Amino acid sequence: MIVAERKPLGEIAEMVAPYQKVTVIGCRSCVAICLAGGEKEVKMLVSAMKLKNRREGRKQDFDGFVLERQCEKEWVKEVEDKILSSDVVLSMSCSLGAQTIADMYPEKIVVPGLNTAMFGVPEEQGVWSEKCLGCGDCIIHTTGGICPIARCAKSMLNGPCGGSSNGHCEVNLDIECAWYAIHERLKLQGRLDLIEMVRPPKEWTTSHSGGRRVIVREDAKLTPHQKRDKEAVI
Amino acid sequence: MAERNPKVVGFCCEEHGIECANLAVRSGKQYDVSVRLVRVPCTGRVDGIHILKALEDGADAVFVLGCLEKNCYYDTGSIEGRKRVDYVKSMLSQVGIEPERVEMFNASSSMAWKFSEIVSKMTDVAKRLGPIEPRGDGQ
Repeated sequence: MIVAERKPLGEIAEMVAPYQKVTVIGCRSCVAICLAGGEKEVKMLVSAMKLKNRREGRKQDFDGFVLERQCEKEWVKEVEDKILSSDVVLSMSCSLGAQTIADMYPEKIVVPGLNTAMFGVPEEQGVWSEKCLGCGDCIIHTTGGICPIARCAKSMLNGPCGGSSNGHCEVNLDIECAWYAIHERLKLQGRLDLIEMVRPPKEWTTSHSGGRRVIVREDAKLTPHQKRDKEAVI
Repeated sequence: MAERNPKVVGFCCEEHGIECANLAVRSGKQYDVSVRLVRVPCTGRVDGIHILKALEDGADAVFVLGCLEKNCYYDTGSIEGRKRVDYVKSMLSQVGIEPERVEMFNASSSMAWKFSEIVSKMTDVAKRLGPIEPRGDGQ
């Protein structure tokens, strides 16, 4: 899932300060799970902003609601009236949700309420950790299901390096050495031969360095005829 | 001009918090009538939005009263309550509102004296800070 964190309230207030009517839109997907932009967080943000405005004697209208998934146009379309009638949209979603609204309504100003942090998993209640960088060329079948690109501080393909000590990383002793973890996992699986496998330099053209990535599934795409039909229904 | 009555809201758990208040009343302890008590099943049920909403709706100060932390009826409810209160305090600091307007307390049902103390403390805070409105110093 995508993990995000709410921006400091002062920064949010500064972004929306020039506008009178602020529509706060949350998302019930990833950012609700990571307690950053779900229903509760939207309500609390709106309430805190109202208190701030009361303290500062400022008149500003805040309205907040939550979409099922802010990164999908169908859900955003349902609240089009509210978006169009606002002066600014404060997106409490990951950057994908904020950009979906911004792309759909280019004349509208959309500001981010969250900092989109990483692809991560909930480790325990209140703890999320990064496990993927989205490099576009997955190799975890050779590393015991552990991604060295995301979890090794140096993103090494052949590890561990000399900085691994008692299972910890020299970059920060609080960090687990990913390659130590890979070694232990492969040992458990009886596949330690893989640790000696030399991985050639990675194919990085599938990563972000080539600019925006787009995935197309021709079998899932709508034909122009189907698109016309669907738009007619919406 | 007549002194404005401070508005204090207290979220009290029904196991120890509200019983503590009841005992205070039965034992003749006096407390400010402007305090509104809200009975909740457990302080772990109190969410940040409840506290913020109370402030938004005009409360000058809000307290949450739960069981003693090592004697919570629901084991960890009052610990959860304290975490929520701390989170709300951090949000209030970020928006320029005094975080001491919100406090968490723990008491057992037999600690009537503690309830009077809590009410007196929060009423003092409410009187000292007054309503949430623009400051006179132009800040």
